[in-house]
Amino acid sequence: FQDQAEQFFRSGHTNNWAVLVCTSRFWFNYRHVANTLSVYRSVKRLGIPDSHIVLMLADDMACNPRNPKPATVFSHKNMELNVYGDDVEVDYRSYEVTVENFLRVLTGRIPPSTPRSKRLLSDDRSNILIYMTGHGGNGFLKFQDSEEITNVELADAFEQMWQKRRYNELLFIIDTCQGASMYERFYSPNIMALASSQVGEDSLSHQPDLAIGVHLMDRYTFYVLEFLEEIHPDSQTNMNDLFQVCPKSLCVSTPGHRTDLFQRDPRKVLITDFFGSVRKVEITTETLSLDPDVVGFESKFPEEELATEPLKYAEQLPVAQIIHQKPKQKDWHPPGGFILGLWALIIMVFFKTYGIKHMKHVF
Amino acid sequence: QVQLVVPMTVVFGPGSVPGDLPRPLPFRDVQEMEISVNLRTSVTSRYEMRYRSTTGQEEAALTAATAREADAALYPLQDNTLGSLTMYVVPETSSLLPQGINVYVGKHRSTLVRAVGALAALQARLREVTQLMSFRASSIAAALSDRVPDGRLGPDARRYLKSSLGYEITFSLLNPDPKSHTVDWDIEGAVNRYVKPVLDKLSLVANFSVDSQILYYAVLGVTPRYDKESSSFLLSAHSLPHVINPVEARLGSSAASLYPVLNFLLYVPERSHSPLYIQDKDGAPVSTNAFHSPRWGGIMVYNVEAPASPQASLPLHVEVDMARVMEVFLAQLRLLFGLSREEVPPEFLLEGLGNEGLADWELDHLLWAHTVENIATVSTTLTSLAQLLDKIGNIVIKDDVASEVYRAVASVQSAVTKLSLGHLQAAFQASKEAVTSSERAFFDPSLLHLLYFPDDQKFAIYIPLFLPMAVPILLSLAKIVRETRLRKKEPTKMD
Repeated sequence: FQDQAEQFFRSGHTNNWAVLVCTSRFWFNYRHVANTLSVYRSVKRLGIPDSHIVLMLADDMACNPRNPKPATVFSHKNMELNVYGDDVEVDYRSYEVTVENFLRVLTGRIPPSTPRSKRLLSDDRSNILIYMTGHGGNGFLKFQDSEEITNVELADAFEQMWQKRRYNELLFIIDTCQGASMYERFYSPNIMALASSQVGEDSLSHQPDLAIGVHLMDRYTFYVLEFLEEIHPDSQTNMNDLFQVCPKSLCVSTPGHRTDLFQRDPRKVLITDFFGSVRKVEITTETLSLDPDVVGFESKFPEEELATEPLKYAEQLPVAQIIHQKPKQKDWHPPGGFILGLWALIIMVFFKTYGIKHMKHVF
Repeated sequence: QVQLVVPMTVVFGPGSVPGDLPRPLPFRDVQEMEISVNLRTSVTSRYEMRYRSTTGQEEAALTAATAREADAALYPLQDNTLGSLTMYVVPETSSLLPQGINVYVGKHRSTLVRAVGALAALQARLREVTQLMSFRASSIAAALSDRVPDGRLGPDARRYLKSSLGYEITFSLLNPDPKSHTVDWDIEGAVNRYVKPVLDKLSLVANFSVDSQILYYAVLGVTPRYDKESSSFLLSAHSLPHVINPVEARLGSSAASLYPVLNFLLYVPERSHSPLYIQDKDGAPVSTNAFHSPRWGGIMVYNVEAPASPQASLPLHVEVDMARVMEVFLAQLRLLFGLSREEVPPEFLLEGLGNEGLADWELDHLLWAHTVENIATVSTTLTSLAQLLDKIGNIVIKDDVASEVYRAVASVQSAVTKLSLGHLQAAFQASKEAVTSSERAFFDPSLLHLLYFPDDQKFAIYIPLFLPMAVPILLSLAKIVRETRLRKKEPTKMD
């Protein structure tokens, strides 16, 4: 018992969060959504509640007109497991899954009007699991076919998280082509990273389903999920087993991992430290002794009823703040002098090439 | 450099003055101690002691029969500012303190200390008292523990609630078997009677909001074992961590507030699993039948007595004894904040708390730790903000972000100054303002590094556009220059 108690306290975290991101949309990327939803299911089964999961999906599979079984997303052929189900809570759906929103969730620089379910309210004792899947390349990950996130931006975001102590330990799993390039640039402490393929390799999908007509899952995530099915909340399986999960014979690509930034030995890190939510508990041995016959209590700070007028809509906007702030510089434009100089140069060269006599007429 | 100043008054009652005082009473003395957090950071604590003898009123108060009465009589006569301590030294043979007890710690900020012969020994005892009542080196170091990169303190150094501007407390009643039990709890009355006094006292530390709910058909995640010897059901200590998770999904929280939530759950076991007891590590049933989880909250199991006759009609009506329940919940609240009475040396006697829930000096304890933590948080936040601005040279700082940064800097400077003057309350308020401003500045949505392009990306975008266009221009420029030079060289050749 002493050993178990020690192990419980060894990782030092008191709560768990998960950020699961599927960066693709469109029907032929069915497998990425199935990947993410399967990880979501496992993480919920092992104990992390929805309030601690930020799920970002394009969510256009279940109700897609091309889906022969509407309102379902299957992760295994023969339609064994519907991972969509009744209680999927998608926090960022459809066009809200952008690089900006993802980085805002991670760094916490979120507009004040964002609801609690869309925020990552982690603290310095949170272990966070970040799972990303989609199409990627050497050093970048594609978001919804229109933008990219580079490994440098991701590393900077994690550094911003570390500066503000928004995590205790972070596990980063990525299942894309050339996934190992995404964790090359990390430099913040306490991060462990796993990827489905090395730089220069493609991650392959597992199996197509002839009835649905698309590939249902990616190989790496499929075998990771098989591995997670064996885990229950009090498993003692450690991370080293997760590293062995998909050997080249099954996965065709070579999965990689990175543990140099992580302080503890991966052999001592439990899978449930990241995938589950095993709380540390202490038996309560102290009590207060209260006097039940206390008659009434006069609070030192009585709640005052302030007579307020109902606010009109316009008054709720911080007008003064909006008027007086400098306009936000959205795009970088070259300075004006540069363009003028460039044009002057072009015109001079034109006149020089075609003859100076034209210039006399201009001036 | 942060200096924590504790103003202390040591009052010698008649017959308790030690023989070897360096100067005649009254006099002042200062003791400094350094608390090193890591190799580079340290916090100095400075105890400014004022030694004097008792006034007539105090002497009269010290003639009371028991320590508690003496303490109550002395309360209006002392300086009760936050952070200060008063110690009354009574003669060795005094009967105020029971046998074997050398220090009596009152509810407010005073203690009665039994005299010892020499001044040095008395000072050692006084030092023990200050360690208990104001702050310990370990508690300050723990408050700064997340700024300690080498993790020397171990992973469970900081399990207590972090300093925050507010906390939400939620009381939940879990009734998994409504067919057998109809449970009534007068939570509003209990909150008004028992919880509000404690929260009022803590209102200096943060804003608290309280709500409550009743959940039906909420089961624990673990099936308890039946124990034949005690004919009851037992939950062993190592299955407790798995109890919370299935319930947590249903607990919910207020959508609008971002404050940390403390959940207190009261579980009434099903009729088929009654009575249910929690076992600790050694297999003994826990007297409170409750457990808590750091930074989350607590759970208590409330057993319903079996009905007198087995033919009693279901559902049974259960009226929850809120006093007993609140005793446990409030104790858990204290433990979550880190106010425990377990590490008290054996010759200390602590006054019972009554309905107020915490002593004034325990409040001071919290304030010291939170102030230091706030100051550390603000300095690291502003430092990392400055590093971010250094890294991304063209980031745009809005006016309101700049003003928040200035305000944070001014507040944190004022907090450090006030700490070095010994004004704990003002220092705490200043540190709270500093934290609010610095968090608002750091987490401003406009500071996202994604919005500002690094230089290499700018080159990557503009070179493919401008380079092809620049080639003929540069070549033509070169041609112009060459021709001008030629013309200058041979002006006479043109006939």
